[in-house]
Amino acid sequence: MKNSRMRRRISQGSAFTMFWFTGVLAVLIMVFVVGYIMVQGLPGINLEFFTTSPRGGLSGDGGIWSTVVTTFYMIVVTLGFATPLGTGAAIYLTEYSENAESVVVRKLVSMARFGVETLAGVPSIIFGLFGYALFVSALNMGFSILSASLAGACLIIPVIIRTTEEALKSVPVSYREGSLALGATKWETIRKVVIPAAFPGISTGILLSAGRIVSETAIFFVTLGGSYRVPHSLMSGGRTMALHVYYLAMETRAFDKAMSTAAVLVGLIVVMNLVINIVTNRISAKTR
Amino acid sequence: MTDKIRMRADDFSLFYSDFKALNRISLDIPVNRITAFIGPSGCGKSTFLRSFNRMNDLIPGVRTEGKVLLDGKEIACEDVVELRRKVGMVFQRPNPFPKSIFDNVAYGPRLHGVRNKSDLAVIVEKSLKSAALWDEVRDDLHKSAMAISGGQQQRLCIARAIAVEPEVILMDEPASALDPVATLKIEELMNELKKNYTIAIVTHNMQQAARVSDFTAFLLTDEKRAGNLIEFGPTKQIFTTPSDKRTEDYISGRFG
Repeated sequence: MKNSRMRRRISQGSAFTMFWFTGVLAVLIMVFVVGYIMVQGLPGINLEFFTTSPRGGLSGDGGIWSTVVTTFYMIVVTLGFATPLGTGAAIYLTEYSENAESVVVRKLVSMARFGVETLAGVPSIIFGLFGYALFVSALNMGFSILSASLAGACLIIPVIIRTTEEALKSVPVSYREGSLALGATKWETIRKVVIPAAFPGISTGILLSAGRIVSETAIFFVTLGGSYRVPHSLMSGGRTMALHVYYLAMETRAFDKAMSTAAVLVGLIVVMNLVINIVTNRISAKTR
Repeated sequence: MTDKIRMRADDFSLFYSDFKALNRISLDIPVNRITAFIGPSGCGKSTFLRSFNRMNDLIPGVRTEGKVLLDGKEIACEDVVELRRKVGMVFQRPNPFPKSIFDNVAYGPRLHGVRNKSDLAVIVEKSLKSAALWDEVRDDLHKSAMAISGGQQQRLCIARAIAVEPEVILMDEPASALDPVATLKIEELMNELKKNYTIAIVTHNMQQAARVSDFTAFLLTDEKRAGNLIEFGPTKQIFTTPSDKRTEDYISGRFG
């Protein structure tokens, strides 16, 4: 009796210690990675770093202004393509596809579902290759913000579809019934009740996708061209901050600048995640 | 019965694909009266209630035979949006939208074209007063409807239904998720509401049916699990001198 109690206490104690240790280790690794980048990168960051563009060449001189602008354009244009398509497809899949009566449509819908699942797991360079083949070459758009954001949209549309679907599905059926019972049409119900109730989830998905664009490198490597100048139209090439980190690290001697750019990127991602949290908390507090 | 008839089911059957859930039911719902549907779980009373505003249309595979009439017109031929404006519904669990109290009540009127702010304010106040909720929320109209109590939410849902000026209000076990005090309030409210509206209520609480309703319909499943109307008549008669043995067994608590 006593022995078994002892054994149980020891196994409880060692399990607790082990999980505590793994937890702490995971946090430490993260802190170390972020901390290392910050320590290496922060000293190089000043106002001039933000306001001047890279000068090009082997030295890696200059700041990151044009890459900040390109990153911003990429976010806006890519989301401009992907948001309506992704949310629209998700609304169709969750709200309308169930009622499709034709067997062909049902088959197509289940294929689309499978496609979305699969695409969400495809390595991003595949979208890059596709974008290069279709937009850059075949459609003659060249290395440009347009090509890159179309290819980027292919990457994030599955993300937006899935998060939007989840958000729509989490809206209780009773809301829809309540609205329909008041004489609302299906579309009125979706527009006035379902989408507002799902809005925190949908906007989180869109902001997460914006994060994907900020951090994506492979696709833009083969579609955006890598010009370090400030883009002046949709047809201009450019380089995003993440791409700039790659070029600085691999093709110049300015490893410190790569670290500084990385630090700015990490900071940006942190800010975006904070915004996601604030937005979701605000909205759900309002509706609670 | 000398009462004027508001809604009528005429030899009405309902199928879920091949399964017959309601078997040839005929009954009348008189104007400005409360008609209660009672019966054991699974007897089809909720399905029957939902046939009066065609909420069953939403379920794939549902098919009906026979007719349901509103003011003598067959509802299957009517525009479903217009039908549901005339035949409102209150659900088992309070289901206010995650919007303000004001926006919940104004939702229906806005759908049907009321845009003017002061008109909406008048409708909201009138509806909340009719639902006996105005005094409790008059200062919190812009507070979220999710923040009030369950009983208040259910009265809000009643106010929301009233706001589109329906002719009939269908209530699907409206008090089953509420405590006794809130239940009593809903029952008192129903008594007030029947002056202006026709009410049909589903309840599994027989005392409630006896307390509030004027007419009672007793439904029971047959050996094929299809819901049948066993007996329909004035509540007093059903509860004191039922003509069918099964009704008597049910109301005396021998099964169900």
